[in-house]
Amino acid sequence: MSLTLVQVIVSGLLLGAVYALFSSGLTLIWGMMNVVNFAHGDFVMLGMYSAVMVWTALGGGPFAAVPVAAMLIATLGIASYFLLVRHIMKGPMLAQILGTFGLALFLRYAAFWYFGANFKTLPDTLVGGSFVFMGLRFEGSRVLAGAMGLAITLLLHFILTRTAVGSRMLAVSEDATAAQLMGIRPQRMQALAWGMAGAATGIAGALIANFFYTSPTVGETLAILAFVTVSFGGFGSVLGALVAGLIIGVVESLSAYLVGPVYKDVIVYVLFVLVLWFRPQGLMGKA
Amino acid sequence: MNRFLIPGAMLVLALVYPLLVQSLPVYERLGALVLLGAIGASAWNIVGGYAGQVSVGHAVFFGFGAYSAVVVYTHLGWPPIAGAPIGMALSVLLAAAIGVPTLRLSGHYFSMATIAVGELVRVLSSTSEFLGGAQGLGGPAIPRTVFDLSFLSATPFYYIFLAVLVLLLWLTWAIERGRMGYYLRAIKDSERAARSLGVSAGKYKLYAYMLSGAFTSLAGSLYLCMFGFVDPESGFGILISVKMVVMAALGGAGQLFGPLVGALILVPLEELSNSLLGGKGAGLTFVVYGAIIVIIARFLPSGLLSLLGRRKVTRAD
Repeated sequence: MSLTLVQVIVSGLLLGAVYALFSSGLTLIWGMMNVVNFAHGDFVMLGMYSAVMVWTALGGGPFAAVPVAAMLIATLGIASYFLLVRHIMKGPMLAQILGTFGLALFLRYAAFWYFGANFKTLPDTLVGGSFVFMGLRFEGSRVLAGAMGLAITLLLHFILTRTAVGSRMLAVSEDATAAQLMGIRPQRMQALAWGMAGAATGIAGALIANFFYTSPTVGETLAILAFVTVSFGGFGSVLGALVAGLIIGVVESLSAYLVGPVYKDVIVYVLFVLVLWFRPQGLMGKA
Repeated sequence: MNRFLIPGAMLVLALVYPLLVQSLPVYERLGALVLLGAIGASAWNIVGGYAGQVSVGHAVFFGFGAYSAVVVYTHLGWPPIAGAPIGMALSVLLAAAIGVPTLRLSGHYFSMATIAVGELVRVLSSTSEFLGGAQGLGGPAIPRTVFDLSFLSATPFYYIFLAVLVLLLWLTWAIERGRMGYYLRAIKDSERAARSLGVSAGKYKLYAYMLSGAFTSLAGSLYLCMFGFVDPESGFGILISVKMVVMAALGGAGQLFGPLVGALILVPLEELSNSLLGGKGAGLTFVVYGAIIVIIARFLPSGLLSLLGRRKVTRAD
């Protein structure tokens, strides 16, 4: 295997870990409440803008931007839950789709209006440029994003499967009424899920902003990537999102390298349709 | 006779509207745009409203119609309107190709699959030289014959759109009253129950999708005839799909006049905010759109016409 190919696969894995992180928020909410957040990509977009603002206003790098983005997007998530999602969950499906879709349009074009349509990028030097390791070239920002993506996705998985709070959330997703009889407050757990999902999504956005252009419409592309990752991995499975994210990262890098950058989106969309067709429950989802 | 009173009055009003605003080109254009929006949203309504399959990728058909019209001009030199039947035929085939795999998916999965297909087609169209790539294609700049449909005012388009809308609504009405309408409503309520009572759910969902696709394509061709230009964003862009869904949902999805009511509110709103706010308005229009959608979903999940519907039900009792 040529060194270039190894380089492509490694970059794919690093990218994939970030995909896993920003998809884990979507899968968490879907698995818990059977609600699709169509505004998910725009949450990521706002996480990216938080990083841009932290840098332009305070001159802070990712270590300042990550906590700020996590807090802001977690707040946004909890507010969306209490003001909107809680109410539309009971309504017809069209209202559910429209509710978060409307939120997506609102956030996207509010950002368009406020920040302008221009692409913004953060300087490379913020995360120490790039370095060579074992003959492979790495960019500091991508390594940081990949490593943190992996760590936080695993942490989220750990919280959901190994802690008391995770069990309570799982109980609410299985049967909200029964959970309520056991002394768990479903609304509090669901709000917590939106908060956790928002924090993970915000962190992902703040990390991506270091190597990806930030624009108001970037959420559209990212949302579709997140849908692909989540449906591939299995709805509700954070571990599934991790595996799927890594696979998609590699597929994307390889197709950009072998077929051409224009077609990498095409290949990912085709993959998406194929997954929905052959295995709608995903790699690790329940049938 | 009573139930024809309101539609009849609406039709008469629609027929005389251009005479009332004869000297005001802005309003002539606005009338035509409302009707075009209503055609797109009513076409979506057949599959999205009546059958309850929420497609968020109908721009695929709209773009097919628009591109068919412009391609027959660019590559064959025909008048664009000649592309309309070609676009409709292709859209029926396309609907079958998309619908057979995706209509098996339920609820959100179907919506997401249609978004993915829409984006796929948009990306492909922007890389296709035959379709003019990212720059798009333009129709005839100078009209050659009357068939190029190049008019000094928007009024001829208004009457063409009105005729198409009346035809589409009549067809929808016929479906609604017929066997297929019952099947579609049964599928929407519970596909499993409908299947267990012997409804071929897959077949009727596909018929609805194909019919819906054909008329959405016609809306696209008509759009091209009026505006004379299409690019991947204005043909296949996700906002085109969203507008159809939102107009129908605002008025009332699954109701005959729901999409028309939605178009009557949203199209003037969009034109108004675009003209008041100039270049910056484009962004703000969709902020308003987003806010309206959120408010409908939160407070009026069945659309504006559901307010009337509730009263009607109590009167029937």
